[in-house]
Amino acid sequence: MNNIKEELVNHRTEIVIGNLLRIGVITAASIVLFGGIIYLFRHGLVSADYKIFQRVPYDLCNVRGILKSAFSFHGRGFIQLGLLLLIATPIARVALSIFAFARKRDTLYIIVTSIVFVILIYSLFGRM
Amino acid sequence: MNILLFTILIWLGSIIAGFLGSLTGLGGGVVIVPLLTLVFKVDIRYAIGASLVSVIATSSGAAAAYVKEGFTNIRIGMFLEIATTVGALIGAFLVLRLATPMIAVIFGLVLLYSAYLSSHTRSENAVIDKSDSLAVRLRMEGVYPTLQGIKPYSVGSVPVGFSLMFVAGIVSGLLGIGSGAIKVLAMDRAMRLPFKVSTATSNFMIGVTAAASAGIYLNKGYIDPGLTMPVMLGVLFGSSLGARHLFSAETKKLRILFSIVILVLAIEMIYSGMKAGVVK
Repeated sequence: MNNIKEELVNHRTEIVIGNLLRIGVITAASIVLFGGIIYLFRHGLVSADYKIFQRVPYDLCNVRGILKSAFSFHGRGFIQLGLLLLIATPIARVALSIFAFARKRDTLYIIVTSIVFVILIYSLFGRM
Repeated sequence: MNILLFTILIWLGSIIAGFLGSLTGLGGGVVIVPLLTLVFKVDIRYAIGASLVSVIATSSGAAAAYVKEGFTNIRIGMFLEIATTVGALIGAFLVLRLATPMIAVIFGLVLLYSAYLSSHTRSENAVIDKSDSLAVRLRMEGVYPTLQGIKPYSVGSVPVGFSLMFVAGIVSGLLGIGSGAIKVLAMDRAMRLPFKVSTATSNFMIGVTAAASAGIYLNKGYIDPGLTMPVMLGVLFGSSLGARHLFSAETKKLRILFSIVILVLAIEMIYSGMKAGVVK
C-alpha cells in the first residue's frame, strides 16, 4: 500500500528531526548552565527575592538585547540566550515540516503549517 | 535566603517534579508552579514563565524517544496546532490582564481535573471503521505499528478535537503547563486515535503550543533568567530519569501517590488564591 510506504518515510524524517531537536535542547541547556555558573559566581550571595513581581529588565526581554547582553559576558544574558534557543526548537520543527510538505508538493499542508509558523513568529517578535 | 541556596533548592525540587511528571505523563509543569508559589513564595507570573520554558525543554528533548515508540501524525498535529497556538496567544494575553489570585484559583481547578485524570488509566479505543468526513478531506488517516504488523486507522470527529485543542491552548498559555491531559483527551476520546499515535502527536504539539506563549512571556518580562535556570535544568534532568523508569513495577503506586500530591496542591492553590483575593 502506498499509504504505508509514505508513512514509513515520514517516520524516518521524524526520527531525524527528533534527534536534531535533542541536540538543540542539549546545546540550549549547556548555554543556560554556563550562564548560570557565571551568574551564581557573581550574585550567589545576594539575597533572593521573587515575592514581588517586577518585570525582567527590558534588555533581557528581546532578541537583540539578549544577544548584546550575552556578548558582554553577562551570566543572565547567557541564560536568556540559552532559553531563546530552547524556545526556537519547536519553531524549527515547524519550519522543517514546511520543507517536508513542500518536497511532497502537499499544498494544503504547506498552508496549514505556514499559518502555525506565522503565529509562532508573531509571538516571538510581535508587539501585543 | 541567598541566591545560591535558593537556586540549589529549586533545582532539587524541579528534578523531583520532572521525574514524577514524566512517570505519570502529566508533565513537570503541574507540580512546578505550586512548588514555586506555595513553598518558595515566588510570584505566580515568574512561576508560570519558568514552568512554560521547562515544558518546551521536556517536549523537544523527548521527541526522539516518542518517535521511536509511536507514530506522530504530523498532519493531525499541524492542523490542530492552529487551534492550540491561537489558544496559547489568548491564554498569554489573559495572564497579562487577570489578577494573580484569579490565576491561582484557575490553576487549582485545572489541577483537580488533572488529579482525576491521572488516577484513571486510559483504555485503548476500539478501532472505528469510518472516518469523519472532514478528516478524510484533510487526509488525516494514517497507519501505526501493532503486534500484527502495520495497520491503518480511521479518525473521528475533527470539530470536537479542534475545539478541545483550542481550550488546551488557552490553558497552556494561561497557566504555563503543557496541558497534555486535555490534548490526549481530545485525540483519544474525540478523534479516537490509537494510543501510540495520540501520545506521540501530543508530545509534538505540547512544545509548539508552549513556544507560542513563551515568546509573549519573554517579551513581557515573565521569564526571569535566575529563576528559570534551575527550574529548566532540574525538570529536564528529572524527566529524563523518569523516562528510563517508565515501565517499572512501582509506577502504579507512584501514580496514586502523585494524584494525592496533586489533589493537595490543588486545594492549597485554590485556598491561597481565594485568601489573597479576599484580603485585597
